[in-house]
Amino acid sequence: MSVERRHLLRGGLSLSALTLLTGCDLSDSNVVQRVLADISRWNDRVQAALFSDNRLAPTFPAERAVKDFRYNAWYGADRAPDLKAADYRLTLSGLIADKHPWTVEQLYALPQQSQVTRHVCVEGWSMIGQWTGAPLRTFLERVGADTTAKYVGFECADGYYEGMDMPTALHPQTIMAFYLSDEILPRKYGYPFKIRVPTKLGFKNPKFVTTIYVTNIRPRGFWTDRGYNWFSGI
Amino acid sequence: MTGSRSKLDVSGNRNVRSEQNVQSHALVVRIAHWLMALSIVLLIASGWRIYDASPIFGFRFPVWTTLGGDVETALAVHNDPGVATAIAWHFAAMWLLLASYLSFVLWGLFSGHFWRDFLPVGPQSFLRDFIAAARFRLEHRLGEYNAVQRVFYWGVLALVALMLLSGIAIWKPVQTYPLEALLGGFQGARIVHFAGMALIAGFIVVHVTLVILVPRTFIAMVTGRAEEPAPHRPTETVP
Repeated sequence: MSVERRHLLRGGLSLSALTLLTGCDLSDSNVVQRVLADISRWNDRVQAALFSDNRLAPTFPAERAVKDFRYNAWYGADRAPDLKAADYRLTLSGLIADKHPWTVEQLYALPQQSQVTRHVCVEGWSMIGQWTGAPLRTFLERVGADTTAKYVGFECADGYYEGMDMPTALHPQTIMAFYLSDEILPRKYGYPFKIRVPTKLGFKNPKFVTTIYVTNIRPRGFWTDRGYNWFSGI
Repeated sequence: MTGSRSKLDVSGNRNVRSEQNVQSHALVVRIAHWLMALSIVLLIASGWRIYDASPIFGFRFPVWTTLGGDVETALAVHNDPGVATAIAWHFAAMWLLLASYLSFVLWGLFSGHFWRDFLPVGPQSFLRDFIAAARFRLEHRLGEYNAVQRVFYWGVLALVALMLLSGIAIWKPVQTYPLEALLGGFQGARIVHFAGMALIAGFIVVHVTLVILVPRTFIAMVTGRAEEPAPHRPTETVP
Protein backbone atom coordinates (compact mmCIF):
# COMPACT_ATOMS: atom_id res chain seq x y z
CA MET A 1 0.00 0.00 0.00
CA SER A 2 2.62 2.51 1.06
CA VAL A 3 4.91 1.53 -1.79
CA GLU A 4 2.07 1.92 -4.24
CA ARG A 5 1.15 5.27 -2.79
CA ARG A 6 4.71 6.54 -2.94
CA HIS A 7 5.04 5.26 -6.47
CA LEU A 8 1.81 6.98 -7.33
CA LEU A 9 2.80 10.33 -5.89
CA ARG A 10 6.37 10.50 -7.07
CA GLY A 11 5.74 9.00 -10.48
CA GLY A 12 2.53 10.91 -11.04
CA LEU A 13 4.00 14.26 -10.16
CA SER A 14 7.24 14.00 -12.06
CA LEU A 15 5.69 12.47 -15.15
CA SER A 16 2.89 14.94 -15.45
CA ALA A 17 5.34 17.80 -14.88
CA LEU A 18 7.49 16.40 -17.67
CA THR A 19 4.49 16.16 -19.98
CA LEU A 20 3.65 19.77 -19.39
CA LEU A 21 7.21 21.02 -19.75
CA THR A 22 8.02 19.15 -22.91
CA GLY A 23 4.63 19.94 -24.34
CA CYS A 24 4.34 16.49 -25.83
CA ASP A 25 2.13 13.57 -25.11
CA LEU A 26 4.02 10.98 -23.12
CA SER A 27 1.01 8.70 -22.87
CA ASP A 28 2.60 5.97 -24.98
CA SER A 29 5.69 5.65 -22.80
CA ASN A 30 5.88 2.40 -20.85
CA VAL A 31 6.72 4.22 -17.63
CA VAL A 32 3.69 6.49 -17.97
CA GLN A 33 1.46 3.50 -18.64
CA ARG A 34 2.92 1.73 -15.58
CA VAL A 35 2.27 4.71 -13.31
CA LEU A 36 -1.24 5.25 -14.69
CA ALA A 37 -1.96 1.54 -14.12
CA ASP A 38 -0.74 1.85 -10.51
CA ILE A 39 -3.05 4.81 -9.93
CA SER A 40 -5.88 2.85 -11.57
CA ARG A 41 -5.30 0.03 -9.03
CA TRP A 42 -5.46 2.61 -6.26
CA ASN A 43 -8.74 3.83 -7.75
CA ASP A 44 -10.03 0.22 -7.62
CA ARG A 45 -9.52 0.30 -3.86
CA VAL A 46 -11.24 3.67 -3.50
CA GLN A 47 -14.21 2.42 -5.50
CA ALA A 48 -14.48 -0.82 -3.54
CA ALA A 49 -14.59 1.31 -0.39
CA LEU A 50 -17.25 3.60 -1.90
CA PHE A 51 -19.40 0.65 -2.99
CA SER A 52 -22.31 0.00 -0.69
CA ASP A 53 -23.86 -3.51 -0.54
CA ASN A 54 -27.36 -2.23 -0.13
CA ARG A 55 -27.41 1.01 -2.07
CA LEU A 56 -29.62 0.42 -5.07
CA ALA A 57 -29.09 1.88 -8.50
CA PRO A 58 -31.90 4.31 -9.35
CA THR A 59 -34.87 2.67 -11.08
CA PHE A 60 -37.22 4.32 -13.55
CA PRO A 61 -40.82 3.96 -14.70
CA ALA A 62 -41.20 1.22 -17.34
CA GLU A 63 -42.19 3.72 -20.04
CA ARG A 64 -38.74 5.29 -19.86
CA ALA A 65 -37.10 2.04 -20.95
CA VAL A 66 -35.73 2.26 -24.50
CA LYS A 67 -37.19 -0.46 -26.72
CA ASP A 68 -34.59 -0.33 -29.50
CA PHE A 69 -31.59 -0.60 -27.21
CA ARG A 70 -28.22 0.52 -28.55
CA TYR A 71 -26.10 -2.34 -29.85
CA ASN A 72 -22.51 -2.03 -28.73
CA ALA A 73 -19.55 -4.33 -29.37
CA TRP A 74 -16.22 -4.29 -31.17
CA TYR A 75 -17.77 -6.37 -33.97
CA GLY A 76 -20.94 -5.95 -36.03
CA ALA A 77 -24.25 -7.41 -34.84
CA ASP A 78 -24.28 -9.86 -37.78
CA ARG A 79 -21.14 -11.46 -36.35
CA ALA A 80 -22.63 -11.97 -32.87
CA PRO A 81 -22.53 -15.60 -31.67
CA ASP A 82 -25.66 -17.53 -32.60
CA LEU A 83 -26.09 -19.85 -29.65
CA LYS A 84 -28.78 -22.57 -29.80
CA ALA A 85 -30.61 -23.66 -26.70
CA ALA A 86 -30.22 -27.32 -27.71
CA ASP A 87 -26.42 -27.20 -27.65
CA TYR A 88 -25.83 -24.52 -25.06
CA ARG A 89 -24.44 -25.45 -21.64
CA LEU A 90 -23.36 -23.04 -18.94
CA THR A 91 -20.24 -24.49 -17.38
CA LEU A 92 -19.17 -23.77 -13.82
CA SER A 93 -15.71 -23.75 -12.42
CA GLY A 94 -13.57 -22.65 -9.50
CA LEU A 95 -14.84 -22.46 -5.92
CA ILE A 96 -18.29 -23.92 -6.65
CA ALA A 97 -19.62 -27.08 -4.97
CA ASP A 98 -21.98 -28.30 -7.71
CA LYS A 99 -20.33 -27.89 -11.09
CA HIS A 100 -23.02 -29.58 -13.17
CA PRO A 101 -23.52 -27.67 -16.44
CA TRP A 102 -26.81 -25.81 -16.80
CA THR A 103 -29.15 -25.83 -19.79
CA VAL A 104 -31.09 -22.79 -21.02
CA GLU A 105 -34.30 -24.41 -19.80
CA GLN A 106 -32.91 -24.84 -16.29
CA LEU A 107 -31.59 -21.28 -16.21
CA TYR A 108 -34.85 -19.77 -17.41
CA ALA A 109 -36.71 -21.69 -14.67
CA LEU A 110 -34.89 -19.76 -11.93
CA PRO A 111 -36.90 -17.23 -9.88
CA GLN A 112 -36.71 -13.87 -11.60
CA GLN A 113 -37.10 -10.15 -11.11
CA SER A 114 -37.43 -7.21 -13.44
CA GLN A 115 -35.53 -3.92 -13.34
CA VAL A 116 -35.68 -0.66 -15.26
CA THR A 117 -32.21 0.75 -14.78
CA ARG A 118 -29.69 2.89 -16.55
CA HIS A 119 -26.81 1.45 -18.52
CA VAL A 120 -23.85 3.86 -18.36
CA CYS A 121 -21.14 3.43 -20.96
CA VAL A 122 -17.52 4.28 -20.16
CA GLU A 123 -17.61 6.54 -23.22
CA GLY A 124 -20.22 8.73 -21.54
CA TRP A 125 -23.52 7.83 -23.18
CA SER A 126 -26.26 6.23 -21.13
CA MET A 127 -29.54 4.48 -21.85
CA ILE A 128 -32.39 3.19 -19.73
CA GLY A 129 -33.57 -0.36 -20.38
CA GLN A 130 -35.72 -3.03 -18.86
CA TRP A 131 -34.08 -6.34 -18.03
CA THR A 132 -35.56 -9.42 -16.41
CA GLY A 133 -33.74 -12.39 -14.99
CA ALA A 134 -32.46 -14.31 -12.00
CA PRO A 135 -30.38 -12.61 -9.30
CA LEU A 136 -26.81 -13.83 -9.67
CA ARG A 137 -26.82 -14.23 -5.91
CA THR A 138 -29.66 -16.78 -6.10
CA PHE A 139 -27.76 -18.74 -8.73
CA LEU A 140 -24.46 -18.66 -6.82
CA GLU A 141 -26.22 -19.90 -3.68
CA ARG A 142 -27.99 -22.67 -5.63
CA VAL A 143 -24.76 -24.08 -7.01
CA GLY A 144 -22.98 -23.84 -3.67
CA ALA A 145 -20.50 -21.15 -4.67
CA ASP A 146 -18.07 -20.02 -2.00
CA THR A 147 -19.47 -16.52 -1.53
CA THR A 148 -16.64 -15.67 0.84
CA ALA A 149 -14.30 -15.80 -2.16
CA LYS A 150 -13.21 -12.49 -3.62
CA TYR A 151 -14.31 -12.61 -7.25
CA VAL A 152 -16.69 -14.01 -9.83
CA GLY A 153 -15.45 -14.37 -13.40
CA PHE A 154 -17.22 -14.87 -16.75
CA GLU A 155 -16.16 -16.32 -20.09
CA CYS A 156 -18.26 -15.60 -23.15
CA ALA A 157 -18.98 -17.16 -26.54
CA ASP A 158 -17.67 -14.10 -28.42
CA GLY A 159 -14.25 -14.32 -26.76
CA TYR A 160 -15.16 -11.68 -24.20
CA TYR A 161 -14.20 -12.18 -20.58
CA GLU A 162 -15.00 -10.18 -17.48
CA GLY A 163 -15.07 -10.41 -13.73
CA MET A 164 -16.25 -8.56 -10.69
CA ASP A 165 -15.80 -8.35 -6.94
CA MET A 166 -17.99 -10.66 -4.84
CA PRO A 167 -19.87 -7.82 -3.07
CA THR A 168 -21.07 -6.57 -6.46
CA ALA A 169 -21.89 -10.11 -7.65
CA LEU A 170 -24.11 -10.54 -4.57
CA HIS A 171 -25.76 -7.11 -4.95
CA PRO A 172 -29.57 -7.47 -5.19
CA GLN A 173 -29.67 -5.79 -8.63
CA THR A 174 -26.97 -7.94 -10.23
CA ILE A 175 -28.92 -10.37 -12.39
CA MET A 176 -28.52 -12.96 -15.14
CA ALA A 177 -30.74 -11.16 -17.63
CA PHE A 178 -32.83 -13.49 -19.83
CA TYR A 179 -35.18 -10.81 -21.19
CA LEU A 180 -34.77 -7.32 -22.59
CA SER A 181 -37.99 -5.30 -22.76
CA ASP A 182 -39.98 -8.50 -21.98
CA GLU A 183 -38.54 -10.29 -25.03
CA ILE A 184 -36.23 -13.25 -24.74
CA LEU A 185 -32.79 -11.69 -25.00
CA PRO A 186 -32.22 -11.28 -28.74
CA ARG A 187 -29.10 -12.86 -30.24
CA LYS A 188 -27.16 -9.61 -30.66
CA TYR A 189 -27.73 -8.61 -27.02
CA GLY A 190 -26.23 -11.84 -25.69
CA TYR A 191 -28.63 -14.82 -25.86
CA PRO A 192 -29.09 -16.89 -23.77
CA PHE A 193 -28.18 -14.39 -21.08
CA LYS A 194 -26.07 -11.42 -20.16
CA ILE A 195 -24.96 -10.27 -16.74
CA ARG A 196 -26.83 -7.07 -15.97
CA VAL A 197 -25.09 -5.10 -13.23
CA PRO A 198 -26.43 -1.54 -12.89
CA THR A 199 -23.78 -0.58 -10.31
CA LYS A 200 -21.01 -0.90 -12.90
CA LEU A 201 -20.15 0.56 -16.29
CA GLY A 202 -21.57 -1.10 -19.39
CA PHE A 203 -18.47 -3.08 -20.31
CA LYS A 204 -18.72 -4.94 -16.99
CA ASN A 205 -22.01 -6.48 -18.26
CA PRO A 206 -20.80 -9.51 -20.27
CA LYS A 207 -23.06 -11.10 -22.92
CA PHE A 208 -23.24 -14.71 -24.26
CA VAL A 209 -21.92 -16.02 -20.93
CA THR A 210 -20.78 -19.64 -21.24
CA THR A 211 -18.73 -20.07 -18.05
CA ILE A 212 -19.05 -18.70 -14.56
CA TYR A 213 -16.24 -19.24 -12.07
CA VAL A 214 -15.55 -18.22 -8.50
CA THR A 215 -12.01 -17.39 -7.50
CA ASN A 216 -9.69 -15.50 -5.20
CA ILE A 217 -7.49 -14.46 -8.09
CA ARG A 218 -8.67 -11.27 -9.74
CA PRO A 219 -10.20 -12.19 -13.11
CA ARG A 220 -8.94 -10.37 -16.16
CA GLY A 221 -11.32 -8.22 -18.15
CA PHE A 222 -11.43 -7.72 -21.92
CA TRP A 223 -11.36 -3.92 -21.72
CA THR A 224 -9.34 -3.84 -18.52
CA ASP A 225 -6.58 -5.60 -20.48
CA ARG A 226 -6.89 -2.69 -22.91
CA GLY A 227 -6.25 -0.06 -20.28
CA TYR A 228 -9.65 0.57 -18.70
CA ASN A 229 -10.10 0.64 -14.95
CA TRP A 230 -10.86 -2.79 -13.46
CA PHE A 231 -13.47 -2.03 -10.78
CA SER A 232 -15.41 0.44 -12.93
CA GLY A 233 -18.19 0.91 -10.41
CA ILE A 234 -20.62 3.77 -10.83
CA MET B 1 1.60 35.42 2.47
CA THR B 2 0.39 37.76 -0.20
CA GLY B 3 1.50 41.28 0.31
CA SER B 4 -1.44 43.58 0.01
CA ARG B 5 -2.29 47.20 0.19
CA SER B 6 -2.54 49.27 3.34
CA LYS B 7 -3.14 46.48 5.77
CA LEU B 8 -2.16 46.43 9.38
CA ASP B 9 0.50 43.91 10.25
CA VAL B 10 0.53 41.99 13.52
CA SER B 11 2.19 44.80 15.43
CA GLY B 12 -0.50 47.22 14.34
CA ASN B 13 1.72 49.20 11.99
CA ARG B 14 1.01 49.86 8.36
CA ASN B 15 2.49 47.14 6.24
CA VAL B 16 5.44 48.99 4.76
CA ARG B 17 6.01 46.50 1.95
CA SER B 18 2.59 46.99 0.47
CA GLU B 19 3.26 50.65 -0.10
CA GLN B 20 6.14 49.59 -2.32
CA ASN B 21 4.01 47.68 -4.83
CA VAL B 22 5.34 44.36 -3.72
CA GLN B 23 3.69 41.08 -4.51
CA SER B 24 4.60 38.09 -2.42
CA HIS B 25 3.16 34.59 -2.29
CA ALA B 26 3.59 32.01 0.44
CA LEU B 27 5.32 28.77 -0.57
CA VAL B 28 2.16 26.72 -0.02
CA VAL B 29 0.22 29.09 -2.30
CA ARG B 30 2.83 28.78 -5.04
CA ILE B 31 3.06 25.00 -4.85
CA ALA B 32 -0.72 24.63 -4.77
CA HIS B 33 -1.10 27.12 -7.64
CA TRP B 34 1.26 25.24 -9.95
CA LEU B 35 -0.10 21.83 -9.05
CA MET B 36 -3.63 23.07 -9.74
CA ALA B 37 -2.42 24.53 -13.04
CA LEU B 38 -0.76 21.24 -14.02
CA SER B 39 -3.70 19.07 -13.00
CA ILE B 40 -6.23 21.33 -14.74
CA VAL B 41 -4.26 21.21 -18.00
CA LEU B 42 -4.08 17.41 -17.76
CA LEU B 43 -7.78 17.17 -16.88
CA ILE B 44 -8.89 19.41 -19.73
CA ALA B 45 -6.71 17.70 -22.34
CA SER B 46 -7.67 14.17 -21.25
CA GLY B 47 -11.28 15.30 -20.83
CA TRP B 48 -11.38 16.37 -24.46
CA ARG B 49 -10.28 12.90 -25.59
CA ILE B 50 -12.99 11.37 -23.39
CA TYR B 51 -15.56 13.84 -24.73
CA ASP B 52 -14.64 12.86 -28.29
CA ALA B 53 -15.60 9.23 -27.56
CA SER B 54 -19.22 10.30 -27.18
CA PRO B 55 -19.68 14.02 -27.95
CA ILE B 56 -22.51 15.86 -26.19
CA PHE B 57 -22.62 18.57 -28.85
CA GLY B 58 -22.13 18.48 -32.60
CA PHE B 59 -18.35 18.76 -32.65
CA ARG B 60 -15.18 16.97 -31.61
CA PHE B 61 -11.90 18.36 -30.34
CA PRO B 62 -8.97 17.88 -32.72
CA VAL B 63 -6.94 14.89 -31.54
CA TRP B 64 -3.72 16.91 -31.26
CA THR B 65 -5.29 19.09 -28.55
CA THR B 66 -6.17 16.04 -26.47
CA LEU B 67 -4.25 13.77 -24.13
CA GLY B 68 -4.31 9.99 -24.47
CA GLY B 69 -1.47 9.01 -26.77
CA ASP B 70 -1.28 8.32 -30.46
CA VAL B 71 -4.62 7.09 -31.77
CA GLU B 72 -3.16 4.71 -34.38
CA THR B 73 -0.86 3.12 -31.82
CA ALA B 74 -3.66 2.74 -29.31
CA LEU B 75 -5.95 1.23 -31.95
CA ALA B 76 -3.25 -1.22 -33.02
CA VAL B 77 -2.30 -2.25 -29.50
CA HIS B 78 -5.61 -1.92 -27.68
CA ASN B 79 -8.37 -1.63 -30.24
CA ASP B 80 -9.21 1.62 -28.47
CA PRO B 81 -8.55 5.21 -29.65
CA GLY B 82 -6.65 6.19 -26.49
CA VAL B 83 -9.81 6.74 -24.46
CA ALA B 84 -8.61 4.22 -21.86
CA THR B 85 -5.38 6.16 -21.39
CA ALA B 86 -7.25 9.47 -21.33
CA ILE B 87 -9.52 8.14 -18.58
CA ALA B 88 -6.49 6.88 -16.67
CA TRP B 89 -4.94 10.37 -16.89
CA HIS B 90 -8.24 11.96 -15.87
CA PHE B 91 -8.67 9.78 -12.78
CA ALA B 92 -5.02 10.30 -11.81
CA ALA B 93 -5.01 14.08 -12.27
CA MET B 94 -8.27 14.40 -10.31
CA TRP B 95 -6.42 13.40 -7.12
CA LEU B 96 -3.74 15.98 -7.81
CA LEU B 97 -6.39 18.65 -8.33
CA LEU B 98 -8.33 17.61 -5.23
CA ALA B 99 -5.20 17.74 -3.04
CA SER B 100 -3.85 21.02 -4.40
CA TYR B 101 -7.27 22.69 -4.44
CA LEU B 102 -8.00 21.70 -0.84
CA SER B 103 -4.55 22.93 0.25
CA PHE B 104 -5.08 26.22 -1.56
CA VAL B 105 -8.59 26.79 -0.21
CA LEU B 106 -7.85 25.75 3.36
CA TRP B 107 -4.72 27.92 3.43
CA GLY B 108 -6.61 30.81 1.87
CA LEU B 109 -9.40 30.59 4.41
CA PHE B 110 -7.31 30.06 7.53
CA SER B 111 -4.29 32.24 6.81
CA GLY B 112 -6.55 35.15 6.01
CA HIS B 113 -5.23 35.37 2.43
CA PHE B 114 -8.71 35.18 0.89
CA TRP B 115 -10.28 37.67 3.27
CA ARG B 116 -7.41 40.11 3.00
CA ASP B 117 -6.79 40.00 -0.74
CA PHE B 118 -10.05 38.87 -2.38
CA LEU B 119 -12.38 41.03 -0.23
CA PRO B 120 -14.11 43.40 -0.18
CA VAL B 121 -15.70 43.09 -3.55
CA GLY B 122 -19.13 44.12 -4.75
CA PRO B 123 -21.07 44.63 -7.95
CA GLN B 124 -20.29 48.35 -8.02
CA SER B 125 -16.54 48.04 -7.75
CA PHE B 126 -16.62 45.13 -10.19
CA LEU B 127 -18.54 47.17 -12.75
CA ARG B 128 -16.27 50.17 -12.27
CA ASP B 129 -13.07 48.16 -12.68
CA PHE B 130 -14.52 46.07 -15.48
CA ILE B 131 -15.36 49.17 -17.51
CA ALA B 132 -11.94 50.64 -16.78
CA ALA B 133 -10.27 47.40 -17.85
CA ALA B 134 -12.32 47.22 -21.03
CA ARG B 135 -11.08 50.73 -21.90
CA PHE B 136 -7.50 49.75 -20.99
CA ARG B 137 -7.56 52.32 -18.23
CA LEU B 138 -7.21 50.02 -15.27
CA GLU B 139 -3.83 50.39 -13.66
CA HIS B 140 -2.26 47.20 -12.37
CA ARG B 141 -0.70 47.54 -8.98
CA LEU B 142 1.42 44.64 -7.82
CA GLY B 143 0.21 43.24 -4.54
CA GLU B 144 -3.31 44.51 -4.94
CA TYR B 145 -6.10 42.80 -6.79
CA ASN B 146 -8.71 44.93 -8.52
CA ALA B 147 -12.39 44.05 -8.29
CA VAL B 148 -12.39 42.17 -11.60
CA GLN B 149 -9.53 39.97 -10.44
CA ARG B 150 -11.23 39.36 -7.13
CA VAL B 151 -14.45 38.26 -8.79
CA PHE B 152 -12.51 36.06 -11.21
CA TYR B 153 -10.56 34.35 -8.43
CA TRP B 154 -13.69 33.66 -6.39
CA GLY B 155 -15.36 32.53 -9.59
CA VAL B 156 -12.67 30.09 -10.69
CA LEU B 157 -12.43 28.66 -7.17
CA ALA B 158 -16.19 28.07 -7.24
CA LEU B 159 -15.91 26.55 -10.72
CA VAL B 160 -13.30 24.04 -9.58
CA ALA B 161 -15.63 23.02 -6.75
CA LEU B 162 -18.42 22.61 -9.30
CA MET B 163 -16.11 20.52 -11.50
CA LEU B 164 -15.23 18.25 -8.59
CA LEU B 165 -18.91 17.84 -7.69
CA SER B 166 -20.16 17.27 -11.23
CA GLY B 167 -17.17 14.98 -11.85
CA ILE B 168 -18.11 12.86 -8.84
CA ALA B 169 -21.73 12.79 -10.07
CA ILE B 170 -20.58 11.41 -13.44
CA TRP B 171 -17.99 9.02 -11.99
CA LYS B 172 -20.29 7.64 -9.27
CA PRO B 173 -23.89 8.35 -10.31
CA VAL B 174 -25.21 5.38 -8.31
CA GLN B 175 -23.15 5.66 -5.12
CA THR B 176 -23.79 9.44 -4.87
CA TYR B 177 -27.25 9.18 -6.41
CA PRO B 178 -29.07 12.29 -5.20
CA LEU B 179 -26.09 14.39 -6.36
CA GLU B 180 -26.83 14.05 -10.08
CA ALA B 181 -30.42 15.17 -9.50
CA LEU B 182 -29.05 18.55 -8.30
CA LEU B 183 -27.26 18.87 -11.62
CA GLY B 184 -30.24 17.92 -13.76
CA GLY B 185 -29.66 14.18 -13.99
CA PHE B 186 -26.77 12.23 -15.47
CA GLN B 187 -26.83 14.06 -18.80
CA GLY B 188 -27.27 17.35 -16.93
CA ALA B 189 -24.13 16.58 -14.90
CA ARG B 190 -22.20 15.95 -18.14
CA ILE B 191 -23.36 19.30 -19.53
CA VAL B 192 -22.50 21.12 -16.29
CA HIS B 193 -19.08 19.44 -16.31
CA PHE B 194 -18.55 20.57 -19.89
CA ALA B 195 -19.73 24.14 -19.25
CA GLY B 196 -17.49 24.40 -16.17
CA MET B 197 -14.55 23.25 -18.29
CA ALA B 198 -15.34 25.90 -20.93
CA LEU B 199 -15.50 28.66 -18.30
CA ILE B 200 -12.25 27.52 -16.69
CA ALA B 201 -10.59 27.39 -20.10
CA GLY B 202 -11.81 30.95 -20.67
CA PHE B 203 -10.40 31.98 -17.30
CA ILE B 204 -7.03 30.45 -18.21
CA VAL B 205 -6.90 32.42 -21.47
CA VAL B 206 -7.62 35.73 -19.70
CA HIS B 207 -5.34 34.88 -16.76
CA VAL B 208 -2.38 33.94 -18.96
CA THR B 209 -2.90 36.98 -21.20
CA LEU B 210 -2.78 39.30 -18.22
CA VAL B 211 0.30 37.58 -16.84
CA ILE B 212 2.02 38.15 -20.18
CA LEU B 213 1.06 41.85 -19.94
CA VAL B 214 2.40 42.12 -16.38
CA PRO B 215 5.22 39.53 -16.27
CA ARG B 216 6.27 40.43 -12.74
CA THR B 217 3.22 38.59 -11.45
CA PHE B 218 4.69 35.44 -12.98
CA ILE B 219 8.01 36.03 -11.20
CA ALA B 220 6.12 36.47 -7.94
CA MET B 221 4.24 33.19 -8.41
CA VAL B 222 7.55 31.37 -9.07
CA THR B 223 10.03 32.96 -6.68
CA GLY B 224 7.54 34.17 -4.10
CA ARG B 225 8.29 37.87 -4.47
CA ALA B 226 8.34 40.60 -7.06
CA GLU B 227 8.34 44.33 -6.73
CA GLU B 228 7.88 47.25 -8.97
CA PRO B 229 10.16 50.27 -8.73
CA ALA B 230 8.11 53.20 -7.46
CA PRO B 231 9.44 56.19 -9.39
CA HIS B 232 6.79 58.53 -8.03
CA ARG B 233 7.94 58.07 -4.47
CA PRO B 234 11.70 58.57 -4.63
CA THR B 235 11.94 59.71 -1.03
CA GLU B 236 10.66 56.46 0.42
CA THR B 237 13.26 54.20 1.87
CA VAL B 238 13.17 50.53 2.53
CA PRO B 239 14.32 49.55 5.98
